[in-house]
Amino acid sequence: MSLPRLTVRNLSTSFPTEDGLVRSVADVSFTIAPGKTTALVGESGSGKSVTSLTLMRLLPKTAQAQVSGEAAFVTREGRTVDLLQLHEASMRRLRGNQVSMIFQEPMTSLNPVLTIGEQIAEGVRLHLGLGRAAALAHARRMLDLVEIPAAAQRVHEYPHQLSGGMRQRVMIALAMACEPTLLIADEPTTALDVTIQAQILALMRRLQAETGMSLLFITHNLGVVAHHADDVVVLYAGRVVESAPVRDLFAEPWHPYTQGLLACLPGQARRAGQPKPRRLFAIRGQVSSPLSPPPGCAFEPRCNHAEAACRGAMPALVPAPAPAGNERQARCVRAVAKLQQAALARGVAPRAKPAVWSAKVPR
Amino acid sequence: MPTLSAFRFIASKAAGMLAVLAIVAVLVFVLTRAASGDPVSVLLGDQATAADIERVKRDYGLDQPLPVQFGYWLREVARGNLGQSIFLQRPVTQALAERAEPTALLALMALAIAAAIGVPCGIVSAVVRGRVLDQVFTGVAMLGASIPSFWLGLVLMQAFAVSLGWFPVSGYGAPGAPLAERLHALVLPATVLGLLNSALITRFTRASMLDVLGEDYVRTARSKGLAEHTVVLKHALRNALVPILTVLGLTVALMIGGAVVTETVFGLPGVGNLVVSAVLRRDYPVIQGALLVIAALYVLINFAIDLLYAVVDPRVKA
Amino acid sequence: MPLPRAIRQLMHRRIVLVAAGVLGVIAVLALAAPWVTAFDPHDTAVLQRLKSPTAEHLLGTDELGRDLFSRIVFGARYSLAIAAFTALGAVVCGTALGLAAGFFRRLDAPLMRVVDAMMSLPDILLAIALVAILGPSLANVVLALVLVYTPRVARVVRASTLVLRELLFIEAVRALGVRTSRILWRHILPHLMSPILVQLSFIFAYAILAEAGLSFLGVGVSPDTPTWGTMVAGSQPYAHQAFWVVLFPGLAIIFTALSLQLLGDGVRDLLDPKLKKVG
Repeated sequence: MSLPRLTVRNLSTSFPTEDGLVRSVADVSFTIAPGKTTALVGESGSGKSVTSLTLMRLLPKTAQAQVSGEAAFVTREGRTVDLLQLHEASMRRLRGNQVSMIFQEPMTSLNPVLTIGEQIAEGVRLHLGLGRAAALAHARRMLDLVEIPAAAQRVHEYPHQLSGGMRQRVMIALAMACEPTLLIADEPTTALDVTIQAQILALMRRLQAETGMSLLFITHNLGVVAHHADDVVVLYAGRVVESAPVRDLFAEPWHPYTQGLLACLPGQARRAGQPKPRRLFAIRGQVSSPLSPPPGCAFEPRCNHAEAACRGAMPALVPAPAPAGNERQARCVRAVAKLQQAALARGVAPRAKPAVWSAKVPR
Repeated sequence: MPTLSAFRFIASKAAGMLAVLAIVAVLVFVLTRAASGDPVSVLLGDQATAADIERVKRDYGLDQPLPVQFGYWLREVARGNLGQSIFLQRPVTQALAERAEPTALLALMALAIAAAIGVPCGIVSAVVRGRVLDQVFTGVAMLGASIPSFWLGLVLMQAFAVSLGWFPVSGYGAPGAPLAERLHALVLPATVLGLLNSALITRFTRASMLDVLGEDYVRTARSKGLAEHTVVLKHALRNALVPILTVLGLTVALMIGGAVVTETVFGLPGVGNLVVSAVLRRDYPVIQGALLVIAALYVLINFAIDLLYAVVDPRVKA
Repeated sequence: MPLPRAIRQLMHRRIVLVAAGVLGVIAVLALAAPWVTAFDPHDTAVLQRLKSPTAEHLLGTDELGRDLFSRIVFGARYSLAIAAFTALGAVVCGTALGLAAGFFRRLDAPLMRVVDAMMSLPDILLAIALVAILGPSLANVVLALVLVYTPRVARVVRASTLVLRELLFIEAVRALGVRTSRILWRHILPHLMSPILVQLSFIFAYAILAEAGLSFLGVGVSPDTPTWGTMVAGSQPYAHQAFWVVLFPGLAIIFTALSLQLLGDGVRDLLDPKLKKVG
C-alpha cells in the first residue's frame, strides 16, 4: 500500500470574533489515498469548507484564523511537506499546480473581464513555463477534455457568455490544467441543476480515472457520496464523528448522526414489506451555536440514544475493533462500546481501549 | 465590433445627457435673468433715452415673452454666440477662449497629480487593510478633504515661492513665454489642487478595490498559485477600474471648481478668475456663458466616461 | 440598533471621541466667546499690528492690531452658524426632494434630472453664481449654499427611500389603506435618520469650507463680518510678513471640518458595522 497522498492530523481552525473564539474546525484527521476519492460530508456550518480553505491556505487574511495541526502532502517528486507550515512562496508553487481547488459558485468564480483561455493559460504559463501560444493551445485542449463544444471559439470568449454548467467545466479545466495530484472540490455541483450535476460528476470521475489524481470531495449530498466516493468522513460541528469506507458506512453506520443522515434519505424511508411511511425522517433539534457548545458530545442534545456519559466529556475518535483494520472510526461512546462487546462476544481482543477523556476538553 | 445593443446603449446615454443639458440651459438662463433684472439698463447704463431703450428692446427681442427670449438665446448659443461681455468689450466666447488654456492645463496637471497619488495609495490601502498604513492613508485622505484650497495655496506659496523662491509667486509667465515656463508657473497651483483632490480618489479606489478583493474570482486567482501582485493588479484592479473612472470624472468637476479659488490665489488668468471678476462686476453675459460652458463640459466628460465603461467592461456591451 | 449599544460602540473608536471632543470645545468656546477672550475682536490697535504670538496675544495680532485669538473665537460663531444653518436647510430640503423622488415613481426621473443638472456645476461656481444673483448678505450665503448642497442630500435620501419602498412592511401598510403622508412620516422617515445624520455632519463640514472659500474670494459675506474666510481674505496681503494671520484661521477651519468628517464617518461606520467590518 503506497503512502496516502494527503494525511491530515488534528487540524483545527478558529476565528476570533466579537463574541468570542469560534472553533470552526476542531481536531480533524483523515487521509486520502492516491487515486481515490474521499468525501467530506456535513451540513452547513459543519466546517467542511473551512477545512478545505485551511488546507489550501486560502483563508482571508482579515479573518485572522488560528490554525494548528498537520497536513502531510506527498508531492510529485516524492517529498512530503506540511501544507500548513510551508512558506507562502512554496505554497504558491503547489497551488494550481499539484493541489487545485474548485469552488461552489461557478457563476462568480471566474474573472469577468478576462477571457476563458487567458484564465486557464495563466496558470499553465506560471507553473509549466509554457509560452503564450503554447499555453493557449493547452487551454484549448483542456476545454476539449472537459467536453466543452467549440473549444477553439470558447477560448476567446468571456465567462458571462457561458451557462453555469459550462462555467463549472471551465473551472475544472482550470484546476486540472497542470495535472494536479490532489483536487479539492468544494460542493462543485450544488449550485447546478440535477441533470448537469450528473454530467459534471461523471466528467470528474472520468478525469480522475485517466489521471490517477486524488479527490477530496466536499458535499452534503449523500446520494453523490454513495456513487462517487471511496471513503467517507462525516463532520459535525467542526469535528469528525465518523469515518469509514463508503460501503461500510452505508451498510452499517455507527454514529447516531450518520444514522440520522441516512434515515433522512427518502429511499431509506421505505422498508420492505411495510406500508409507505407518511413522514420523512428528520433529525430533531438544531446544531448548537459554535459560541456555546454543549459540555460533552456536540450531538448529544439531538441524540435519541444519549446517556449520562455523553454529557460529561467530548468522546474521543476511536478506531473500531474490527478485523478489517484501522479503517473505521467513530466518535461515540455507545457505538464503540457496543462494538467492543460484540467483539468480546466473538472472542476477538479489542484493538484498542477507547479512552474517554474524563477531564473536560479545553476549548 | 459595434453591435445594435452598443448603439442602443450610446443612444440612451446621449438622450439622458441632452435632457440634463436642456435643464442646465434653462437654469442658467433663468438665474442670470433673475439676477440681472432689466438687461437693457445693464447694457445701456443710466444715459439711455426712451428711444434707445425701445430700439434695444426690439433688437434683442426683449419685448417678447420670456420663453421666446429663451428660444432666441438658445438659437444664439447653438450658433456659438454667447453674448457680449459688458466690461471686456468683446464676445464672451472670445473671452473664454483666451482664458481657457491656463485653466485646462491646470486641471490636467492637477488631475494627473491627484491620480498619481490617489490610485496607488488607494490600492496599497486596500491590500494592507486594517493595518497601520491603511489607517494613516485614510486619515491623511480625510485631512485632505478638510483643508481649504486657498489656505493650502497660501501655505505652499509662502514656503516654496516666497521663502525658497523655486516658483513664481503668482502669474502665468510673461506673454509669449514658452510652454515650459508656463507649466513651471502651474506647478504650485496644480500641486494644491492635486493634493487636495487625491483624497477623494484614494478613498474611492480603496473602497472599490476592497469590494473586488472580496469577490470569488479573486479567490480563484489565488488558488491558481498566482503571485499576490498579479492577483491585485491583473485580476482585481481591472474590475475595480470602473468606479475609479467615475471618480476621475467627478474629480474633473472638482478641479474646475477648485481652479476658481486657486487661480485667484496665484493670479492665473484662467476661466475661474474670469468668473470671479465677472461676478464682482456683475458682468452677466460672462457669468451666463461661463456657467453654460462649464456645465456642458462636465456633462460631456461624464458621457465620455460612460462610453469608456463599455470598453473596459465587456459585460456592458452585451 | 439600540441607543446604549450604539453609544458604547462609538466610544470604542477613540478617534471619533476625540473628534467629538474637539467639536465640543469649539462650540463651547464660540458660545462663551465674550468670556473666554481678553480682547474685543473689533478693537483695532494700529501700534500692535502684526505682532507674533505672545503670552498676551495668544495667536498674535492681525494687520489692524486686532487680537487674532479673539477674532477666531468670535469668528467661530459666524462660521459655525452659517454652516449649521446650511446643513440643516440642505438636509430638510434634500430629504423632501429625495423622499418625493424615491417614493413616487413618476416624480423620480424629472426630479433626478434636475438634481443632475444642479450637480453638473462645481459647488463653488454654483455658490458664486447664486450669491451673485441673490446679493451678498449672510442670509443669502446660507440660502445659496443650501441650494448647492440640497441635490447631494436628495440623491442619498432617494437611494435609501428606493430600498425602503421595496421592503415588505411598506406593502403591508399600504394594503391596509394607510395614507401616503402617514407612511412617509411614520414608516419611512425614521429609517432615513441614519443616512440623514451622516449627511448632516458632512455637509456641515463642506459648508464651513465653502463659506470660507466664498468669503476669501470676496463674493461671500461682507468683509466686515468676522468669519474665518474673511479673516484670511483681509490678511492675505500681509501673509509674507506675518504668516500666522493666515495660518491660524486656516487651522481653525481644518480642525472643525476634520472633526465633523470624522464624526460623520464614525456614525456611518456605526450604522453599517457588519457590512463594513468583515471582508
